[in-house]
Amino acid sequence: MPVLKDKELRIVGFLCNWCSYGGADTAGVGRFNQPTDLRIIRVPCSGRIDPLFIMKTLLNGADGVLVSGCHPRDCHYAEGNFYARRRLEVLHRFLPILGIEPGRFEYTWVSASEGQRWQQVVTRFTEQIHKLGPAPKIAGPAASATLRQMEAAL
Amino acid sequence: MKYQQELKDSIRKALPDLDVVIAWSGGFDPLHATPHFIRREEDIDKLEIGPFSVHNLATYLPGLRGKKVGIVVKGCDSRSVIELLQENLINRDDVTIFGFPCTGVVDQSKIRKALGHTGKVDFCQITSQTVVVGAGGEEHKLRLSKVLADKCFTCQYPNALISDHFVGEKINPSAQSEAGYDDLEAFENMPLAERFAFWQKEMDRCIRCYACRNACPMCVCRDHCLAESRDPHWLSQEDNVRDKWMFQLIHAYHLAGRCTECGECQRACPMDIPLLLLKKKMNKEIKELFQYEAGVDPEATPPLLSFKMEEENIKEREW
Repeated sequence: MPVLKDKELRIVGFLCNWCSYGGADTAGVGRFNQPTDLRIIRVPCSGRIDPLFIMKTLLNGADGVLVSGCHPRDCHYAEGNFYARRRLEVLHRFLPILGIEPGRFEYTWVSASEGQRWQQVVTRFTEQIHKLGPAPKIAGPAASATLRQMEAAL
Repeated sequence: MKYQQELKDSIRKALPDLDVVIAWSGGFDPLHATPHFIRREEDIDKLEIGPFSVHNLATYLPGLRGKKVGIVVKGCDSRSVIELLQENLINRDDVTIFGFPCTGVVDQSKIRKALGHTGKVDFCQITSQTVVVGAGGEEHKLRLSKVLADKCFTCQYPNALISDHFVGEKINPSAQSEAGYDDLEAFENMPLAERFAFWQKEMDRCIRCYACRNACPMCVCRDHCLAESRDPHWLSQEDNVRDKWMFQLIHAYHLAGRCTECGECQRACPMDIPLLLLKKKMNKEIKELFQYEAGVDPEATPPLLSFKMEEENIKEREW
């Protein structure tokens, strides 16, 4: 990352194994240009995503969090994304009370064949986060220590 | 409290079939009550209900599962009982509920603020309008409306919503439903950065005593709480704002669609951190999204435990 220091922000993506991760793969295979700010974490299903994962990611200094799963009615496990939709929507509406910009978190649906759409989603979300700028950090030694650790790891 | 004798009689009749009845009695000084576990006939005489009956006794119910338990509830407490029933955390056949019309309970921190540091409290007299407290050789006269808990001003359910024995006559709620979110609205109108700073300041004061969790009737994980779990290690043992804040978010999120806004978290907090604000926000959004209110209907399913193929109020975002 040193080359891109200060140009890149830290965005974490939680992607379901069956659709969106496949979609991101399709985008890669199709060699679609994408911004490189996103770090992907693959999960079995969007229903596996505890909203607290997202909270913790944001509190630990991520500038944005993107969640993507199968389109409603297309879930590999039939109904995981229906539960996820409710949880994620509640989270999205809850964030402002904490003083966290709700635009730092978005959720969407991308299927495995939608490489083009994945490119669009990543590009638009990354633009959105860049417009918001780096997230305000929580004061205190622990947060900066974590940042140092993260920087060393990348 | 005028229905106290009636309540005692009612408990006396039911006690032979019960292992324990949970109620309130006088506390360590005249300004406080304490939870009171009635196991024998002679315990009944100590029972006291009134404006100091602040504790939500439903907190004890899941721990007493399997026993025949009687419980005295205010209107707000009864919602917690219903929510526990909804989630199958207690058995309806094992619980005997005693209800009474509640006219409001005090907020101890408001009294503390009004009195300043007083030391020993000698006496306390409460009428329908005033509270007279004798402390440190002085007599302090407080208006009751100045020291009632905030939740009581916006109470919609002063009578127990579910009860086997109801003493006294049901009273009408004193407030309109919407007024309850005024403070939340004011807070939401603050700029984003100020809200962020506000929580950092408040969370900095947190001493991680977990009284909020222990007092909460819906926090039923007890020894398996995420806050103390090492695998996964959600929270470190460090004393920093981030972990303390994260804990409150865990609490708020685990109560999404379940919180009955009894206010126990905030009441139990020794640092007076306005924790209820987070829960109110969560409830407001749940109500808007799913037209659902926790702890009202024992047959209803909490909204985050169910789904609809087509959600009426969730708009898919176009990308």
